[in-house]
Amino acid sequence: MPFIPHTEKDIREMLATIGVDHIDALFDEIPSELRCGELDAIPPGMPEMEVSRLMQTRARADGQPLCFIGAGAYDHHIPAAVWELTTRGEFYTAYTPYQAEASQGTLQLLYEYQSMMTALTGMAVSNASLYDGASALAEAVLMAVRGNRKSKSKRILLPRNLHPTYRRVVHTIVCNQQIELVEVGYDSVTGSIDRAELERYSGEDFAALVIPQPNFFGVLEAVDELTDWAHDNGMLAIAVVNPMAMAILRPAGEWGDLGADICCGEGQPLGSPVASGGPYFGFLCSTGKLVRQMPGRIIGKTVDLDGKTGYALTLQAREQHIRRSKATSNICTNQGLMVTAATIHMTLMGGEGLQRVAAASHANTGKLTQALTSLPGVETAFKGAVFHERVLRLPIEVTKALRALAAHNVLGGFDLSDDYPELGDAVLVCATELRNNDDIENYRGKLERVIQSQVQTPCQLKPDW
Amino acid sequence: MIYEHSRVGRRAMAQAPSEKVDMAGIPDAMLRTSQPPLPEVSEMQAVRHFTRLSQKNFSIDTQFYPLGSCTMKYNPRVCNTLASLPGMLSRHPLAPDTHSQGFMACLYELQDILKTATGMHAVSLTPAAGAQGEFAGVGMIRAYHDDRGDKERSEILVPDAAHGTNPASAVMCGYKAREIPTGSDGDIDIEALKSALGPQTAGIMLTNPSTVGVFEQRIKGIAELVHAAGGLLYYDGANLNAILGKVRPGDMGFDVIHMNLHKTFSTPHGGGGPGAGPVGVSKRLEPYLPIPMVDFDGNDYRWLTERDRPDSIGRLSAFAGNAGVLIRAYIYARLLGREGMHRVSEYSTLNANYLLKRLMETGFDAAYPERRASHEFILTLKKQAKELGVNTMDFAKRLLDYGVHAPTTYFPLLVPECLLVEPTETEAKEDLDRFVEIMRTIKQEAESQPDMVKQAPHTMPVRRLDDVRAARELDLAWKPGD
Ligand SMILES: Cc1ncc(COP(=O)(O)O)c(C=O)c1O
Repeated sequence: MPFIPHTEKDIREMLATIGVDHIDALFDEIPSELRCGELDAIPPGMPEMEVSRLMQTRARADGQPLCFIGAGAYDHHIPAAVWELTTRGEFYTAYTPYQAEASQGTLQLLYEYQSMMTALTGMAVSNASLYDGASALAEAVLMAVRGNRKSKSKRILLPRNLHPTYRRVVHTIVCNQQIELVEVGYDSVTGSIDRAELERYSGEDFAALVIPQPNFFGVLEAVDELTDWAHDNGMLAIAVVNPMAMAILRPAGEWGDLGADICCGEGQPLGSPVASGGPYFGFLCSTGKLVRQMPGRIIGKTVDLDGKTGYALTLQAREQHIRRSKATSNICTNQGLMVTAATIHMTLMGGEGLQRVAAASHANTGKLTQALTSLPGVETAFKGAVFHERVLRLPIEVTKALRALAAHNVLGGFDLSDDYPELGDAVLVCATELRNNDDIENYRGKLERVIQSQVQTPCQLKPDW
Repeated sequence: MIYEHSRVGRRAMAQAPSEKVDMAGIPDAMLRTSQPPLPEVSEMQAVRHFTRLSQKNFSIDTQFYPLGSCTMKYNPRVCNTLASLPGMLSRHPLAPDTHSQGFMACLYELQDILKTATGMHAVSLTPAAGAQGEFAGVGMIRAYHDDRGDKERSEILVPDAAHGTNPASAVMCGYKAREIPTGSDGDIDIEALKSALGPQTAGIMLTNPSTVGVFEQRIKGIAELVHAAGGLLYYDGANLNAILGKVRPGDMGFDVIHMNLHKTFSTPHGGGGPGAGPVGVSKRLEPYLPIPMVDFDGNDYRWLTERDRPDSIGRLSAFAGNAGVLIRAYIYARLLGREGMHRVSEYSTLNANYLLKRLMETGFDAAYPERRASHEFILTLKKQAKELGVNTMDFAKRLLDYGVHAPTTYFPLLVPECLLVEPTETEAKEDLDRFVEIMRTIKQEAESQPDMVKQAPHTMPVRRLDDVRAARELDLAWKPGD
């Protein structure tokens, strides 16, 4: 029996101790008419050997295409030591550190994580993680509505150049609490938040302005002015940042005169593989003033009976297991293991290492842009400075172009035509430090042929070369 | 503290690109003026530091971990190995369907397996943990009532024994959470339920077996009462390990459920997550399931999105939830197969009932001695606390000294001085016997040297911590000079 250690003798003795004849008698309080039969539709069990074969086939089926998609999940180098250590059983198979004395490893690690996240974002405090970047933003919005004493409205300004799925997730999570999300457009020349449109809301009551850095187009925002504008209008400033960008860009805690109030985002670039979208982790940092509005676990440093330093879950009166319906959030299980990886990752990279990764990704996206825009009809869509992603316009139908590239094992970027039809045939591309000159040339060469063949025979999906 | 090993200019050189930082193209005003103050250590220093930290943890791989409600069973290593195959880790979440058939096949089959195991009509895998599953489930209840123009329903009923996430999730969905008391036999107080039901009732959230570790026998009757009042029934699947292959939430009359794959399907708890909280629904709630979901037309798998499912409550995460956790659960389900699933509930229930019986013989009190234990049970140390002045927390801390993780303490809130014990099916008889002997010893210690027990633990890296100080003198991050 897989994973069940009982011998026939054990079972006999245990049943005798309990005083029943057979195991099924232990289910005697379940009304017999409710009992289910065999679960025939579930396949029979397989030994490890066969499951291994199955999974290897499945993994191979998806190939390993050359990937230039970012759009919220970024392929960075992860030091071998990160997952070697993270999958140690003592990290991998522990749970929430409720028994602090027997969980000092996880607790100290989470405290170190909080320290590193505040160092990276320039914020005062960090929690110990949320599910992912998108749900972290939703929690940040709820936190801002609770925490902004100046605002009586439950309205939030959400820019259109924020990740479209993040906007949808925020809507799903906050819509039942009568929170209104008001969209702010982007400047069609720079790709950054449309300041003139924003100005129209000046003087109105909003709980917060959401400021992405970089925004979904990869473009950098004028974060100082935006933060000051929010504060001048009685709003909180919620920063949504790529943590890798924080290694080189001005950290959210230093934006404008007062700094952002809340800083959240997707932690994946810090040590999580892209792995089909998860598990990743959401990070959430804030000013000290807002700490009691934070959702999720927070670890504090304290002392034991002998005065020795130790770490414990703290401010638990915010959480569902104490406060129940009045908790700041319903979150319980978070993304601890991914945070473990992130902490080790940040330690191994250090400030210099993260800066080099950020700079190399920035440079590679620059090279990619140059290579692709050398093709006739391919041009950049926005003039604003970017971090490590760029919107390009193609001279052919973008959906078909990407499909043709994929058929030749190049994932050419994220197709923007569904979410931003106004941009025409636009694609969002990304080249992290892992994409080298050969990769970039490979993409350029294939795109060149796709463009040539599609311009000549517009309907052909899979060019024949 | 890792920062103590930090020296200016030191680093793990092999890990970063060799080119110096050059941010040409970004205006200076946008750049940081100094490097982020992260630790500067060598690779070996980091490896040693985090290895040592890991050694300060209790875990399933190293200790018996009978943490009630959390199902801390063995997490098969192969689930991690296979979920970490290169093709699995390198697949970008936005890769086209042509490069996702292997991955989607796993998810599609997992949807089917979970549907069958729970007796529900359809399943969406996307919620990231139990609590997000609850949010999605209650959100679907809301969408259902709203769609029917039934907008006066404002309350979700939750038993007083419910997990804290239940009322918190109801509130996040815009409902008021109203508590229903538990009767002295551990089942719901039916009269109280009847008087709470009304036109304002949107639904009820139940765990079965409940968080007090017994099977709610009148579940069919409860379902009828709630449905008659126009409400829907939500099943918190935290305790699914108790009934897998024996009775299914769909057959009990539940309209919507979540499962905790990090419990029943043995994906690792990871020091606090990640989990996965798929939701299953009856036919009438199917249109509202969160997206994305996976569809199969006999040849190809594809994502179901907003376009296919316009009535969906929407998305809960940027991509498809905790994909890697779902893959691990899928692998576990294939290893077990249908016969293995029956055995999960059988042997977890056998272990719990055996352990309870032996502890009762040792002089401990069950909270519900007349009832059959499910996969977990509650002891109440009321007597010990009163007579010896040694309470549940003291017992819990002393257990750590004996190398056993404490059961869940002081939950559910309605049982005084309680320990919620869940041994799981993967523990051997001799380990259960050892636990009984440890509990017997602690009881003797509580009688002969209560102060020693009240000061426990004595052998952990730290002694009891000052929680009040932690909350009053907040220190949440290391600062230079600390
Ligand atoms: C009974 C019960 N309900 C709900 C939950 C919440 O699940 P999760 O922690 O996965 O969000 C838990 C576990 O933590 C639980 O034990």
